[in-house]
Amino acid sequence: MKPEKALIFELSHPGRVAYSLTECDVPQIEPASVIPEGMLRSKPAELPEVYEVDVIRHYTELSRRNFGIDNGFYPLGSCTMKYNPKINEDVARFPGFAKIHPYQPEESIQGALELLYTLQNDLAALTGMDQVTLQPAAGAHGEWTGLMLIRAYHESRGEKRTKVIVPDSSHGTNPASATVAGFETITIPSNERGLVDLNALRAVVGSDTAALMLTNPNTLGLFEQQIEQIAQIVHDAGGLLYYDGANSNAIMGITRPGDMGFDVVHLNLHKTMSTPHGGGGPGAGPVGVKSKLVPFLPKPIVGRREDGTYFWDTDRPQSIGRVKAYYGNFGILVRAYTYIRTYGPEGLRRVSENAVLNANYMMHRLAPYFEVPYPGVCKHEFVLSGKRLKTFGVRTLDVAKRLLDFGYHPPTVYFPLNVEECIMIEPTETESKETMDGFIDTMIQIVKEAETDPQLVLNAPYTTVVNRLDEATAARKPVLNCSC
Amino acid sequence: MSEVRDNLYYSEEHEWALPAGGQIVRIGITDYAQCQLGDIVFVELPELGSTVVGGDSVGSIESVKTVSELYTPVSGKVVRVNDTLIDAPEAVNSDPYEAGWILEVEIEGSVEEAVGKLLTPERYRAVSD
Amino acid sequence: MKHRYLPMTEQDQTEMLATVGAKSVEDLFADIPASVRYNGVLPMSGALDEPSMLRHMHRLADRNADADRFTSFLGAGIYDHHIPVVINHVISRSEFYTAYTPYQPEISQGELQAIFEFQSYICELTGMKVANASMYDGATALAEAAALASGATKRKRIVVSRTVHPEAREIVRTSARGLNLEVVEVGFRDGVTDLDELKKTIDDNTAAVLVQTPNFFGCIEDIRVIEPLIHEKKGLLVMSVNPLSLGLLESPGVLGADVVVGDAQPLGIPTSLGGPTCGFFAVTEALMRRIPGRIVGQTVDRNGKRGFVLTLQAREQHIRREKATSNICSNQALLALCASVYMSVMGKSGMQEVSLQNMRKAHYAAGRFPAGSPAFTAPFFNEFVVKLPGPADVHKVNAMLLKAGYIGGYDLGTDYPELKGHMLVAVTERRTKDEIDGFVREWEASAI
Repeated sequence: MKPEKALIFELSHPGRVAYSLTECDVPQIEPASVIPEGMLRSKPAELPEVYEVDVIRHYTELSRRNFGIDNGFYPLGSCTMKYNPKINEDVARFPGFAKIHPYQPEESIQGALELLYTLQNDLAALTGMDQVTLQPAAGAHGEWTGLMLIRAYHESRGEKRTKVIVPDSSHGTNPASATVAGFETITIPSNERGLVDLNALRAVVGSDTAALMLTNPNTLGLFEQQIEQIAQIVHDAGGLLYYDGANSNAIMGITRPGDMGFDVVHLNLHKTMSTPHGGGGPGAGPVGVKSKLVPFLPKPIVGRREDGTYFWDTDRPQSIGRVKAYYGNFGILVRAYTYIRTYGPEGLRRVSENAVLNANYMMHRLAPYFEVPYPGVCKHEFVLSGKRLKTFGVRTLDVAKRLLDFGYHPPTVYFPLNVEECIMIEPTETESKETMDGFIDTMIQIVKEAETDPQLVLNAPYTTVVNRLDEATAARKPVLNCSC
Repeated sequence: MSEVRDNLYYSEEHEWALPAGGQIVRIGITDYAQCQLGDIVFVELPELGSTVVGGDSVGSIESVKTVSELYTPVSGKVVRVNDTLIDAPEAVNSDPYEAGWILEVEIEGSVEEAVGKLLTPERYRAVSD
Repeated sequence: MKHRYLPMTEQDQTEMLATVGAKSVEDLFADIPASVRYNGVLPMSGALDEPSMLRHMHRLADRNADADRFTSFLGAGIYDHHIPVVINHVISRSEFYTAYTPYQPEISQGELQAIFEFQSYICELTGMKVANASMYDGATALAEAAALASGATKRKRIVVSRTVHPEAREIVRTSARGLNLEVVEVGFRDGVTDLDELKKTIDDNTAAVLVQTPNFFGCIEDIRVIEPLIHEKKGLLVMSVNPLSLGLLESPGVLGADVVVGDAQPLGIPTSLGGPTCGFFAVTEALMRRIPGRIVGQTVDRNGKRGFVLTLQAREQHIRREKATSNICSNQALLALCASVYMSVMGKSGMQEVSLQNMRKAHYAAGRFPAGSPAFTAPFFNEFVVKLPGPADVHKVNAMLLKAGYIGGYDLGTDYPELKGHMLVAVTERRTKDEIDGFVREWEASAI
């Protein structure tokens, strides 16, 4: 095992520098001559003093203690950890994209505006919506934006609708977003097939229903076949349908939220459109809407004049306002646009087909060793239950930790909440049959270990830079920075 | 098997109540509840002197992975809280019925009547089984 | 169809379908009703091969005036600072950028330690006790600060100075609507918050005062006067700061802030049309368990070895669901990494020097403008406001400056009707004396 890694602060040697600034060629005025003493820093920040080689070696060593998609298979359910194309990274770094300012004159950023305009239209076509805002910075941010749009829509019709309905399999962000958008959440149970229970839905819809939030396919990887009836029930009550686009990788070019009856949709470009997760961000969560919600979109959106020039359309009196400074995560939008054009519409359809076949293949090969709570055809992901292994004292978490020793990132575990000892696997379309077979064989081996030598699994991992960490002490006596 | 004590009264939300002399009722969470939560890392205590109504959320209990509301099974005024839990919330795990008590409520009216509405140990055993 | 990111051959497909027991790929979509199926090819942009893609993107990029080819005096929240070259090398390591959130700590120690160091840097710079792993940007961080203040004080009124970035104020208002908070704005005098009006506006129901310093006009607010006004009423002081200015200006911790937010863009993050950047969020110890977003903590493994984990997770939205007080479930890890590497490179003396250079160059520039142009007399950092003579229009002046190779300042008339004809000029350490002299000459020629 590797030794502990020093903090950058622990590498500091007074007198060393890693920076190079231009010599100051204007008069060297004293700060106190133009700024009152009480506003000037009384004690400098104690930042480390290192030289450039320290910086590079430090962060290179940290990177070696981290696992990304480029290191190996990452079948993290609900996160769509597909390959992050390198061309996306290269183009986002072009000075014409990376070194432009949001407040530059429109005539000086026509290329950027054209890209955004085209992306708005492409995403509208893909989702079956009429207009798209690219502002939201993440999926959760998109959800909240979409719900604020729904709220504005109802209010504009003089209706006060206070309740948002979510299925029990929904991601925790759905109810959280509803709460911060000022709604009350109603959770409805799924039926025995893991789908929305229409009777349960009928029982809760009413004149106070603002919206139903749904993913389709849902978090169990199952397509809501009764989506049209669901839409009708909600629309008949005067509510709207919100599509959480987390699982869009299953349906591109095959079916569209707009055609299923959804009124608002957000996409996670960091999932479906291959933009890198960056270790937790940045992402982008554009929101598309049907025409009746267009007036409320955050401002500005990008417009195109008859002469072919592009502009920021800020004249939107009914807009809910801004949701993000400037125009969203442009650097991510450049990557997503590049990705879309790398495939084109027919290629994107193939992406979804392959993602779905991969998931079904893995489910069938693993089924004999785990319980499959919802058998049948899955979409881009599926869930297993590891509860059979509990008789050997081995839990899903232990299986996940043992996978680390074989160089795999574990699947999502313990989500969704309605499956006991849940293991959620999403292979994506960019993994080969050999890679999946290798992972499946390893899962089977771990099951055998659990049955014959459970201690081997319980003590895993063995090959990582640290063993299992004490999370209880971390939360009881928080040490959140190195100066405590 | 989690421990259910015979000298206590219980709520469906897995709190216990103990008549602690006079008008005072001491409250904590059950062994079953602490077991379900796992390693408890923080207890948000109610405000001293506040008036609480039976069934209301008066604080929360955080474990590593989840958070649970703390409901008071009886109505009254919060007269004492267990300050030692601020630095040692793990006491709720190790000793939920003694060192891990959470608050004391002073009630108006009959203590017997107030706790009489709660579950008996036998009935709580059935709930937490 | 062959594609360089798709490994599935025809033989793979045949074998896999056989395992699944399906005749065709189409069988796998049989559960989608025909009535909602999309038939045909979506009307989207067509596919491009790699060489064509690069050509196409170069063509788009070349139609933008970038800060390598043009000399920028535009700031207003996003600044053209020097980005040390090592930053791009670090964030291009795909172990960092292709990783998900570090939910499996054993194989994510690199990211977790990097975030722990980021939190340490932010605490050191701001003088606060606790910082989180970062937020979407400075503006949304300010809105989250307002929400935190309301939750902590159980009050519903937020007082915001009009010298706070207009877009940040707009976002505070949008999110306040969701949370049913009242937002009250306070005006300015001579470029800084009107203290008399502020004093009158703060009441016993005020959760927080939100101030920005250096403010949107570049002026430094007198926090030593503002701090007691809000604390006397038991509300919170929320400060939005430019992190680069903290090499020179007093730390918010010393000035008595309860919550400190800001945008880390000046710390090594490209301007990129304003995003992605990275918000930071720091609080006093008393507010530790109310801080939104992710936090990394130090702990030990089973062998007693130091390690890092995501901690205080029970606060997070995906656990609390409808009881959540924020819906943020990500951070801007890769950009927080940019900021960390920037601060590692600059170090103790570099942060002071770069901050000092910004201040000196901005003051030199302000002195070059014709007498009477500077609009305010309040002390400033690296940005200041100049008034155009007579009927001159900022938009037109900027168009002329662009032709001469300069990206001019921000048109304040857009957000402040009373400041029509006023331009906000930013001068960073990247600008040389010659560039400044040339810009002012061109400005005079365009404006007069």
